[in-house]
Amino acid sequence: MADGWWPFRAQVRETVMDALFDQKLMAALFFSAGYNTTLVTIGAALLGASAGAVGAFMMLRKRSLVSDAISHATLPGLALAFIVMALATGDGRFMPGLMLGAALSAWLGLLALEWVTRRTRLTEDVAIGAVLSVFFGLGVTLLTVIQVMDTGRRAGIGGFLLGSTAGMLRSEAELIAVAAALCGVAVYVLRRPFTLVSFDPAYAATQGISVRMTDLALLALALIVTVIGLKVAGLVLIVALTILPPVIARFWTNRPGRLPLIAAAVGAFSAYAGAVISSLGPGLPTGALIVLVSFAVFVVSLVFSPLRGLLAGQMEMLALRARVHERQGLLAMARDEPVYDRMTLRVLRRAGFIRADGVPTPAGHAAAKAAQREETLWSLYRRLFPDEAAAGGYHGLTPINDALPSDIVRDLEARVAVH
Amino acid sequence: MNSDFVMLNLPPLVVGVLTAVCCALPGNFLVLRRQALVGDAVSHVVLPGIVLAFVITGSVAAGPMLLGAGLAAVGSLVLIEIIRRVGRIEPGAAMGVVFTAMFAGGILLLEQTNTGHVHLDVEHALYGSLESIVWFDGEGWHSLFDSAALAQLPPQVPRLALTLLAVCVFIAVFWKELFIGTFDPGFAATVGARPGLVGLALAVVVAVVAVMAFDAVGAIIVVAMFICPAGAARLMTDRLFPQLLWSVAFAVISAVVGYCLAAFAPSWFGFSHALSAAGMIATVAGVVFAAACLFGPRRRRAGQVA
Repeated sequence: MADGWWPFRAQVRETVMDALFDQKLMAALFFSAGYNTTLVTIGAALLGASAGAVGAFMMLRKRSLVSDAISHATLPGLALAFIVMALATGDGRFMPGLMLGAALSAWLGLLALEWVTRRTRLTEDVAIGAVLSVFFGLGVTLLTVIQVMDTGRRAGIGGFLLGSTAGMLRSEAELIAVAAALCGVAVYVLRRPFTLVSFDPAYAATQGISVRMTDLALLALALIVTVIGLKVAGLVLIVALTILPPVIARFWTNRPGRLPLIAAAVGAFSAYAGAVISSLGPGLPTGALIVLVSFAVFVVSLVFSPLRGLLAGQMEMLALRARVHERQGLLAMARDEPVYDRMTLRVLRRAGFIRADGVPTPAGHAAAKAAQREETLWSLYRRLFPDEAAAGGYHGLTPINDALPSDIVRDLEARVAVH
Repeated sequence: MNSDFVMLNLPPLVVGVLTAVCCALPGNFLVLRRQALVGDAVSHVVLPGIVLAFVITGSVAAGPMLLGAGLAAVGSLVLIEIIRRVGRIEPGAAMGVVFTAMFAGGILLLEQTNTGHVHLDVEHALYGSLESIVWFDGEGWHSLFDSAALAQLPPQVPRLALTLLAVCVFIAVFWKELFIGTFDPGFAATVGARPGLVGLALAVVVAVVAVMAFDAVGAIIVVAMFICPAGAARLMTDRLFPQLLWSVAFAVISAVVGYCLAAFAPSWFGFSHALSAAGMIATVAGVVFAAACLFGPRRRRAGQVA
């Protein structure tokens, strides 16, 4: 075991140390590593931004994995375009031609997907799985045809499977950058219909927005992003560019207007960082690095997000526990009952409600009285309006003056006074 | 010709059919539970599993590889569930996060460690190498009755046969639980059929099948076989048991026709090379699926018009 593991670990450390003290990294980070590398990193960043923004709406529409079907469905088109161009010109590696083929077959895949979900009783996940596996299988079969035809020039298509920016032509990088920027603009223009259809398709329809056309536009944008991203991230991993950034963005905002912006920023950052790291040496595939960078961002978000992160959840739970102990302790004090629970005692002491020997302070007496009032009003409210109380999810720890309208609170107080 | 067939073509054909049936059977439940893409996710994370096993053990022996792949597959299921619950994320997106990240990790690890002298590459993982399964001792049909020759069968054949047996036993033993858990999880919970537990067991079975099948045929055919035969069968009948039978029939047809087309069709056109059998089997499965979508007697939803 040690034999296999240690050399590898040493290699990783070496790579990391190299990277930290390497001029190449600094140069690539700050756009001074030559025109081509700079262009590729900028192109990747633009691509990441567009993919993130498109993906945000795909996620809101709960169709994240449709991109997976799109990306796999490009393979037969790529292979056919390669075959046709190789037969016609002798070289099948002309990138715009390959992209066109990829886009056409991905579009066919989308049509098949839509047709299966609309015309049969199968659900969308089945349609996605069927399209992606069958198109990919067909593509693999066509790849073996290419192998038979012409064994030397297959490298042109291998790069699409896992993505490689090494040796990318300047014209290719420019094409990717321009197309990605245009896609981003299109998403910005269409953001309102996209948002409406994602949240309430029926309402969108009453506003004169065609749900079907909006969905098609979104899918078309996803398709364009996928096709131009193939060469950078690779066929298997391009789907991550549309899934990971929106999921990350969801950790940082609850507002639909901000979601695509954050997703675009995260996408741009991961694609940029991934492209830079991958330009440092061999054995660092671009697609994999982009995905791993954004996965790292994801893990950080999962732990530290203030909205739904693990830490925030833990702290919220601890705070709630302290409030429950405080309330129960104060109620006991109001009834002149002794408190034994150690956590309750600690909470009360820290709040200054009791002295070190357990005797209530004046502040403690006041707080106990207030707590008892809260408890009485809340329990009365719960008895009188059980449905509203259940629907509101009040656990009785929120100050009642903050949670309920003042006239209701006055009414409750009047009823308590009568009894 | 005959001896050639038994040596070169029979083993991949048998492996193809066994794989197809192994995947199609649990695929029925995935399709009905709207979890079709679990098969997709699991078959992607097999790659990092085998790469990690290779990095740790330094060998390409089947045992550690299968173990690594199995652990990665089950680990990914657990991770998906955690991310889905903790982050409150749509299941599709949670799946996408996990399988792309693990696949990317596998590729990076592979590129960093593979020095070229080991046959372990991404394309192999995706397409498999059904064609390379050869039974050297199969000198003719009579070898099927020769115990010495049978002992030299390619290891994938008995492995997959055992997997198939295990899948059948699982479905037979938990038939009732699977049935009600699939159609009415709420009711299943009230009668003590433990739908959560059975669902987890199903996921593990899917993972095991994906790993075993992947070893023989590659990821792509695994995904196709989880989904296409079962999806097509769903359009043929309204009852679960007949649906299982239909899916098995579709799987066998896809495997046999696909393999034969890949192996023999090129020679009809004068080419000497065979095509990718895995790719062709997936393609034929797609044709079967499309035919069922067009003509299946139960293809519509209740009340759905043409």
